[in-house]
Amino acid sequence: MAAPLIEVAHLSKVYRMGDVEVHALRDVSLTIPEGQSVAVMGPSGSGKSTLMNILGCLDRPTAGSYHLVGEEVSTLDRNALARLRNRTLGFVFQSFNLLARTSALENVELPLLYSGVSGRERKKRAREALEKVGLGDRIHHHPNQMSGGQQQRVAVARALVTHPHLMVADEPTGNLDSRTSVEIMALFQELGRSGITLLLVTHEPDIARYASRVVVMRDGLVQSDRQQSPIVADVAAAAAAAGGIA
Amino acid sequence: MNPFQVLRVAIRALLRNKLRSFLTTLGVIIGVAAVIAMVAIGEGAKARVADAFASMGSNILIVLSGSTTTGGTRGGFGSLPTLTWDDLKAIRTECSAVRYATPQLRGSASVISEDQNWGTTIYGISPEFFAIKDWPVANGTTISQSDIEGGTKVVVLGQTVVEKLYGPSADPVGQTVRIKNFPFQVIGVAERKGQSVTGQDQDDVAFMPYSTFQAKIQGGLQKFVPGMVMVSANSSDDTVRAERQMTNLLRDRHHVPIGGDDDFSIRNLTEMMTAQQEGLNTITSLLASIALVSLLVGGIGIMNIMLVSVTERTREIGIRMAVGARPRDVLAQFLVEALTLSCFGGIVGVLLGLLFANLLASHFSWPVLIRPDIIVIAVSFSGLVGVVFGLYPALKASRLDPIDALRFE
Repeated sequence: MAAPLIEVAHLSKVYRMGDVEVHALRDVSLTIPEGQSVAVMGPSGSGKSTLMNILGCLDRPTAGSYHLVGEEVSTLDRNALARLRNRTLGFVFQSFNLLARTSALENVELPLLYSGVSGRERKKRAREALEKVGLGDRIHHHPNQMSGGQQQRVAVARALVTHPHLMVADEPTGNLDSRTSVEIMALFQELGRSGITLLLVTHEPDIARYASRVVVMRDGLVQSDRQQSPIVADVAAAAAAAGGIA
Repeated sequence: MNPFQVLRVAIRALLRNKLRSFLTTLGVIIGVAAVIAMVAIGEGAKARVADAFASMGSNILIVLSGSTTTGGTRGGFGSLPTLTWDDLKAIRTECSAVRYATPQLRGSASVISEDQNWGTTIYGISPEFFAIKDWPVANGTTISQSDIEGGTKVVVLGQTVVEKLYGPSADPVGQTVRIKNFPFQVIGVAERKGQSVTGQDQDDVAFMPYSTFQAKIQGGLQKFVPGMVMVSANSSDDTVRAERQMTNLLRDRHHVPIGGDDDFSIRNLTEMMTAQQEGLNTITSLLASIALVSLLVGGIGIMNIMLVSVTERTREIGIRMAVGARPRDVLAQFLVEALTLSCFGGIVGVLLGLLFANLLASHFSWPVLIRPDIIVIAVSFSGLVGVVFGLYPALKASRLDPIDALRFE
């Protein structure tokens, strides 16, 4: 069997706020095989965001080890982490985090710009990624000309364009209505079927049901970790329900 | 990212705030324009002084007689005749650093043609005068050695005198004019010389052999030179040596005791010019350094706006870092933005400076000298300003923590 995509052992993170030490993560060990979709849940202050930041190579742990695709990353410097974020990871955020006054195409091109892909190839791949998320007809629109759902699709396309191993989504449906949320989750499930590993941070149990594994965090520790058979996101049913309410 | 992409991103970011970018760069524009204009004006003034001194002749020294002292009233140099014609001969033969020497006897008289008259300055000179002053004749011939020896009544007129007597562009060579009731034949017209350093019209003049001058215009003691002696040194380096040689020679000939005062004086015009030029250099560098200070202020403006920009775009920096921008990619982006601002300011400043210098030049009818090296220096200095003042904001941006940056509202 191949090495797991993510393997963390005895991970801890201590923040120092003035004289007070805050233990955001105490002792977390977790193994995530390639292709799994994992929902990380927990109340605020449980350490789920800290865990996501470390797994997303945005932050480094205070202690413990983190192997990503077999490579020890807990000791890498900022440049190496940036490279890893660029090549191996894709991010989707609650507030979309697209560059304003920049077209969808250029937003999606951004990661490729930093990996040195040539202009023609960059445009081609960005267009393909946008077509994949169903926005092939809006590549020249700016974020302020698009709905929240469309903006989040652009963000997903931007995360996809580098063909990452791991997609990290931080409350991806937090700013979306329930119908659009289902659409985005359907998109994630489709990506999951093509082999991408998904790390989904959420506090909504409804959203966590679309994942194949749920990890619940509390006070910097893993409280529970269980596998489940995910429900399939049904866009048509969600649309009908939304229509019924309206 | 390759440098071209970095530049494109920088220009796009700057164009988002066109007015702000322009106002930021205005400081540099004004600074560079001021440097260019100030140096151009300073150089122009220097060239003007150099021209004026050159019109006096090259490497000139002037020897004057001593002063009289009558009952405590001292008469000033030239009032006591001490320079003899033999002194002049000795200067010509014994001073190796001296190339030419001429007496310059000065008087004023009316020059009368057939139907006009004009009061002007008359000079009695020897043929060397025209070589010393670097002043050839435009028409006719110049005064020759045989004119000196024969005391012939010939005259070389300046352009102004010709205009006053015969009208513009007339050729009076061969005509006869009367000066102090003696008929003089016009043998030549001197080239136009223009204004002197002190603003006098150097063309309002008539030249005649000094022997004739002494005989017909203004008599004097036959032994002494009733005016001054003008000397040119072999080269500009030789003027000091010529001065020393003449001082020693004349002190020796006049039997001035050791420690006694000279009974003559020597003025070194080349040294005067050098002093003038140095004075102008000081003024030019003073003006340029004031202008450089304004360039510095422009740089501080860039730094200020770049710091604001980094804060405003914290979230953008976070996004870029999240998708894989390395700290040095962020550093490069902000540094190139600052550099673009300052270099744009530098180039526009150069154009504006040239325009301003030319306007001033035509307004004051000054010569303006645009020194290419100053343009290069000004543009590279403004580039340097961009790097120096852009570095801190860019470093600040590159050191942002991606998590904090993404969370920034």
